[in-house]
Amino acid sequence: MSLLEIKDLHISIGDKPIVKGVTLTIKQGEVHAIMGPNGTGKSTLAKAIAGHPDYIITDGEVLLDSRSVLAMQADERARAGMFLAFQYPSEIPGVSIANFLRAAVQSRMTEGEELDAAGYYKRLYAKMDMLKIDRKFTARSVNEGFSGGEKKRCEILQMAILEPKFALMDETDSGLDIDALRIVADGVNTMRGPGLGVLLITHYQRLLDYIVPDYVHVMWDGRLVKSGDKSLALELEAKGYDWVKKELAAATV
Amino acid sequence: MKPPTELSGTTVDNPVIGIDQSKGDFQYDVKYEFDAGTGLSERTIDYISAAKKEAAWIKEFRLNALKVFQSKPMPTHWATKDLENINFDKIRYYLASGQKPKRSWDEVPEDIKRTFERLGIPEQERKFLAGVEAQFDSEAAYSNIKDLVAKQGVIFCNSTEALREHPEIFRKWFGKVIPTGDNKFSALNSAVFSGGSFIYVPPGVKVAHPLQAYFRINAENFGQFERTLIIVDEGAEVTYMEGCTAPKFSTATLHSAVVELVALKGAKIQYITVQNWANNVFNLVTKRGLAHEEAEIKWIDCNIGSRLTMKYPGVILKGRKARGEVLSIALANDGQHQDTGAKMVHAADETTSNIIAKSISVGQGRSTYRGLVHIPRHLKGCKNNTECDALLINTNSRTDTYPAITVRGDLNATQHEASVSKINEEMIFYMQQRGLTEAQAMSLAVNGFINDLARQFPMEYSVELKRLIDLEMEGSVG
Repeated sequence: MSLLEIKDLHISIGDKPIVKGVTLTIKQGEVHAIMGPNGTGKSTLAKAIAGHPDYIITDGEVLLDSRSVLAMQADERARAGMFLAFQYPSEIPGVSIANFLRAAVQSRMTEGEELDAAGYYKRLYAKMDMLKIDRKFTARSVNEGFSGGEKKRCEILQMAILEPKFALMDETDSGLDIDALRIVADGVNTMRGPGLGVLLITHYQRLLDYIVPDYVHVMWDGRLVKSGDKSLALELEAKGYDWVKKELAAATV
Repeated sequence: MKPPTELSGTTVDNPVIGIDQSKGDFQYDVKYEFDAGTGLSERTIDYISAAKKEAAWIKEFRLNALKVFQSKPMPTHWATKDLENINFDKIRYYLASGQKPKRSWDEVPEDIKRTFERLGIPEQERKFLAGVEAQFDSEAAYSNIKDLVAKQGVIFCNSTEALREHPEIFRKWFGKVIPTGDNKFSALNSAVFSGGSFIYVPPGVKVAHPLQAYFRINAENFGQFERTLIIVDEGAEVTYMEGCTAPKFSTATLHSAVVELVALKGAKIQYITVQNWANNVFNLVTKRGLAHEEAEIKWIDCNIGSRLTMKYPGVILKGRKARGEVLSIALANDGQHQDTGAKMVHAADETTSNIIAKSISVGQGRSTYRGLVHIPRHLKGCKNNTECDALLINTNSRTDTYPAITVRGDLNATQHEASVSKINEEMIFYMQQRGLTEAQAMSLAVNGFINDLARQFPMEYSVELKRLIDLEMEGSVG
């Protein structure tokens, strides 16, 4: 079983500290949700773990199976089994989804190893069926001219093909209507199991109705200030983030 | 690369003993039987003409061209000042190891053969070509046309042979599409040209497979001046492909070709170039086609490598309903300037032209699109479409567009679109997050940018192009 350990992580963008000491351990098979208002560092945390060059780790550690990933490039981390489902996936004009995913699959093979094209397409189509994606979809350029829902489904399709050990899902619910949300959630739930650890980042409780987390953490001003099980999400929904704010204020007095 | 060491071949006595050949600083141990020495003068032309045993008229043509070349200034009033860095006195204008190309690969000298084998030429010939010319420095080392094609009356040889064996067709069209004085470099080529392909396709013959020429520069301080002339008779069709490479030298090398195409009534010519010059080659090429009534000339031009490329393939649409097309891709890496484009001169009613140019600038690379479209007032029913798209990989990359479109009269139509886009860090991070290395991500983005154009190329060339782009991007990521 794999482990993703985040230890007292501090992250800055430029000179500005955004994440100020986050500690969290995710085991394969677990789903953790991080909730919190905008601007508290949730997305920064996900991107920094994935290795975005603009996010500077000023302190702390990220360990994948006891091995630090901080010196690794984003692509090495990806090949080691970390997947980031983007909040705003980039468009890649002229590159079809099928070709993009094939390149991604090939990047995981050892030198000299040949991709079994027939097997690849078979697997791709099976995953597309699971996510209720039209076969014609793979001929389109990655994310180019996609609706919000198509972009998110494309992210989930990539995740399904690449079979990561850990998925960091950054506001996967944003921009989705309820039908699209359901399809995306169904996809994640199908992949859920002992081989996948998930860090779900979300602003709203809504997503957690569909992907029920094992643990819920509340992020505030760059820190995880409260942790609990799925009931914490419901409590947050009922009381709002002001409740956390007040609790925090009371604690610091 | 192991330098070629020994060359066998037809031994011809050195026709000009007087020229000092020790000036040539041989970086590679190639024993050239013919070497016109360094620098350009009438004696250089005497040497070349004597080596080729040329007719008097062609020598006259060369000597006249030399005067035109010497009298013309460098076009630096509009083009880059980098042209001033060409030292014509330090260039070797003619190097050959034999005067007759071999007809089978087995006869080609071992080291030259190895060069072409590394480039995959014999293999490609077997697979999908109707004929191959392989030029090594000044002359063709190998030349072959498949029997079936030859039996149809198709002529495919190099210009040296064509002058000897088909002077009547050669002379009729030679220098007619691109006159000597067209520009300084067409004059230079006219003075010292050697090699290049000559093709004649008889009326109604449609050559099913492409003919291909491969141009290899092997020697340092060398100038390669091939001269290609393709005449496709009424209703006939041909596809011609050329590939160009040179090893990396520390000093500048000059490649200055002239390519003339003639498509007679209803004929079709498709001319495909994939060049991958080393980054010290000045590549200054004049390419133009003459399309008669209902004829079609299509240039597919992929420019990778070189220090400076200046090349604007053109079509003169001379006959009614003639069609011209230029599809071009240029990739300018660090220290390179791709100054490319297209020219369409409409000279008859209902002629149509299409230009699609895509350029990619990497690092400090610079790409320039320079176009000319001319539709005079008295014509009617003419159409032009011009699209130029530029992709910048880094913030210090540069692109410029100079589309000179002159369309007069209200019975003609033109359409022009231009775009500049940039590969941003987020896109690269996105792809890296899926497991691709930075270089793979760049390659994929670049290939995506040219994808709609590259799809129109023959399969073998799309694959080659993709491979070359991968290599370029591999080197561009630090």
